[in-house]
Amino acid sequence: MKSLEELQKIKERALERRKLAGEGARARVVVAMGTCGIAAGARDTMSAVLGELEKRNIADVIVTQTGCIGLCEYEPIVQVQIGEQDMVTYGRISPDRVATLIEKHVLGGNPVEEWQVGK
Amino acid sequence: MAYRAHVIISGTAEETQQVKTAFVDTIDALGLAGEVDVQEAVDITVAPRGVEAIVYPDVTHYTDLTPADAQLIAEEHLYKGRPVEGLIFREREVEPLDTPATKEVRVVLRNVGKINPENIEEYIAEDGYAALGKALTEMTPDQVIAELKTSGLRGRGGAGFPAWLKWTFARQAPGDQKYVICNGDEGDPGAFMNRRVLEGDPHSVLEGMAIAAYVVGANQGYLYVRAEYPIAIHTLRIAIEQAREYGLLGQNIFGTDFSFDLEVRMGAGAFVCGEETALMQSVEGKRGQPRTRPPFPAVSGLFGKPTNINNVETYANVPQILLKGGEWFASMGTEKSKGTKTFAIAGKVKRTGLIEVPLGITVREIVYDVGGGVLNDKAFKAVQTGGPLGGCIPEKHLDLPVEYESLASVGSAMGSGGFIVMDEDTCMVDMARFFMEFAQEESCGKCVPCRVGTRRMLEILESICAGKGQPGDIERLEALGQYVKLGSLCGLGQGAPNPILSMIKHFREEYEAHIYDKKCPAKVCRALIEYKIDPETCIGCTRCARNCPVAAITGAPRQPHVIDPEICIRCGICAQVCPVDAVRVE
Repeated sequence: MKSLEELQKIKERALERRKLAGEGARARVVVAMGTCGIAAGARDTMSAVLGELEKRNIADVIVTQTGCIGLCEYEPIVQVQIGEQDMVTYGRISPDRVATLIEKHVLGGNPVEEWQVGK
Repeated sequence: MAYRAHVIISGTAEETQQVKTAFVDTIDALGLAGEVDVQEAVDITVAPRGVEAIVYPDVTHYTDLTPADAQLIAEEHLYKGRPVEGLIFREREVEPLDTPATKEVRVVLRNVGKINPENIEEYIAEDGYAALGKALTEMTPDQVIAELKTSGLRGRGGAGFPAWLKWTFARQAPGDQKYVICNGDEGDPGAFMNRRVLEGDPHSVLEGMAIAAYVVGANQGYLYVRAEYPIAIHTLRIAIEQAREYGLLGQNIFGTDFSFDLEVRMGAGAFVCGEETALMQSVEGKRGQPRTRPPFPAVSGLFGKPTNINNVETYANVPQILLKGGEWFASMGTEKSKGTKTFAIAGKVKRTGLIEVPLGITVREIVYDVGGGVLNDKAFKAVQTGGPLGGCIPEKHLDLPVEYESLASVGSAMGSGGFIVMDEDTCMVDMARFFMEFAQEESCGKCVPCRVGTRRMLEILESICAGKGQPGDIERLEALGQYVKLGSLCGLGQGAPNPILSMIKHFREEYEAHIYDKKCPAKVCRALIEYKIDPETCIGCTRCARNCPVAAITGAPRQPHVIDPEICIRCGICAQVCPVDAVRVE
């Protein structure tokens, strides 16, 4: 890093990448992978998400991770964002709920209300 | 043949067989062999809970079963059609969160749970490293210190020493080689605020440390994190590697002559290593024991060189202060305690978890508004802040603002952010015993008052819990507590008596009840309680007598039963199985 301008350029690049359209993706799935999440089974949930997308041969969904969002009681927590819509947060997403979540929300565009946190 | 009921069992092989045998034998003995079918299955639920059974057609889910439980379920549920309530699995009821962010203000945690911690560009997208760039290219070290002074930031490790002053001491100390250290040895039971920052936003800590290094004149930093935090260590190592790749660590950062690098040092999990002098010994590869101060680390620290040592959360606050200004930070909090603080809410509260709130918020607001109130709507008794070296805050101080001075004034402490809620069913003597046991085990043994004093205090507490308390024990605890506080070098010994002293201060009558009346008001200490059957309520169903593991209950069928207190081991099974709640605890 040589200058503030260089940092600014990286910032702009990263912000651009955050826009889904810029990446050519239809949705983003974020799995909370802090210690609390992992203790509650977030690794299995993450595998299930990746497995389900692979099974359905879907390549334009970004799967990423984040830290603890403070609602440890609700782990494993999964967040889904479609296009430029607001992020939807789900609690207690065990692997057996992943297929339904992907089918209904990620592909169908209809949030699964009963699993949502804050509804 | 058609069965009227099915029992599906699953669990680890050996135990499942025992439970299955118990089911089949009892079903045979009751002559139900043709009516009830018993089958084994693999993992009938997602999260295994011992040997489990689901009874169809009513789908009753039993967990953690023993062969004796199986017999009981066969007799009661399958034969008589009465599900055994005490064994049925119930998912812990949690209220839906309508506004998860009540009263929270996120400064330290602003990125946690939002960005991918393993990608430095996501941090940069949130203005990451802009503060370091600003400090290096536009500010002198003294200007950074002035900004910190305006902000009023105080050490988040618990003691609350002004950060700007600490940095000034290390800056002014003469020396060609200086160090910065991040104290990530978070060891309080039930507290994991720092882990969350390290795992979720590691670069904010790295950036804060780099700024500190620039100010004090250090070129090397160490992150001391306990080995029990493998994910935090993993994330930190990735973060350091990426920061090096982007030239944010290393030589000539931002084209200046400032060079800085970082290393992660793992602690083996000794609580005393959270004390700064012991921590530095540990980083040096020596046994973690505290030493006398002065000289303070700012003068003679790691390897005898001037060292600045701060907590994870303190460092994570710094970049925000430089970007938004000290006045912005000082606008949050109270006169003497500025900014926000993270807390780990645990214990008997509806919403456990990690929060960040502005200082000056009241204890009541944290417990009821953020935490959602006491679990199962029981009565609030106290809250323990500051972990095993802090103290308790009773109900009468619920409206106390949370800040360094006010907590200390009632005998508690801010600490690093543990916040354990206790309800009416918590025995304060038993709780004091728990914390004393922790401190006694973690005492490094260097100072005699701490090593021997905590042991003696623990013995007195154990004898009180066992019903052998003597008149004068409370006074002995108070006197010993003072000796241990005064005669110990470090925070562990100085703080170890705090929970007991504050509990005696606020709940003296509970200690007196244990010692003089031989009663445990919260009905926790087994030696001081007695199970009795109310003859008016008892229907003589014999269920308690059949389930008592020591055969302490006698009585004819359909006649009131009696518990022999000499034989009773106070396990409480009779109370659990009684269908009419006739068993009372006194």
